[in-house]
Amino acid sequence: MEYVVFYLFAAVSVATAVLVVVQKKAVYSALALIVCFGAMAGLFFQLGSQFIAAIQVIVYAGAIMVLFIFVIMLVDPEAESYPGGSLRHISFWAIPLAVMLVFLLIQAFPDFLGSGAGSRAASAQPEGSVENIARALFTQYVVPFEVTSILILVAILGAIVLAKRSD
Amino acid sequence: MVPTAHYLVLSAILFAIGVVGVLTRRNVIAMFMCIELMLNAVNLAFLAFSRHLHQLDGQIFVFFVMTVAAAEAAVGLALIVVLSRQKQTMDVDQVNEMKG
Repeated sequence: MEYVVFYLFAAVSVATAVLVVVQKKAVYSALALIVCFGAMAGLFFQLGSQFIAAIQVIVYAGAIMVLFIFVIMLVDPEAESYPGGSLRHISFWAIPLAVMLVFLLIQAFPDFLGSGAGSRAASAQPEGSVENIARALFTQYVVPFEVTSILILVAILGAIVLAKRSD
Repeated sequence: MVPTAHYLVLSAILFAIGVVGVLTRRNVIAMFMCIELMLNAVNLAFLAFSRHLHQLDGQIFVFFVMTVAAAEAAVGLALIVVLSRQKQTMDVDQVNEMKG
């Protein structure tokens, strides 16, 4: 049953990720990416991180992708010119190079690919619940957490200054 | 329980798809979305290792990656708006003033 759920979400996420790349219109890419993020939220949930799965749906599929779609509607990008001429060979080589990259990345973790590489005793596993995440976030990681708020503030200011009309 | 290796392979595949998108697409918004896809693939690997090692730190890392991605998206999309105002194009090949 777990395998069925995993392969379902994996297939959906890979298929929509391919759609993101091959769709010519940016709006369709954005919609495919939202579905991809939703499927990945399911995978996150299956990995026992409920809080991250909820954040994935709320922040990524919600806030960030809404921002993307707003900007796409705002700037109305025309159908892009796919790379022609000197850049066409990049598209041609992209697929075999991507397959090589996948194997290279997999080879980076040889210890996990052997037999019986599954997780050990699941009972001792710390739950990714809101309580546990919050306890770690506000004790051990409290300084990075506060620095994050400054980062967000600077990002807000930067976005406003950049997008402001200068007249 | 699905082995950790499955999640790592899926993460590698999604990351490679994102790399292909950044290399082949010329639309700056589409390239940006492919970068988000790569960030998500890395998040999946973080969570798989978090479960494998029975530690919560991976999930905290994912939390921070998401925060940085949100800030990056806000600033990047503001840059795209400025770009569309000044050049009336989304094609990165048209934006080559700093090319030597």
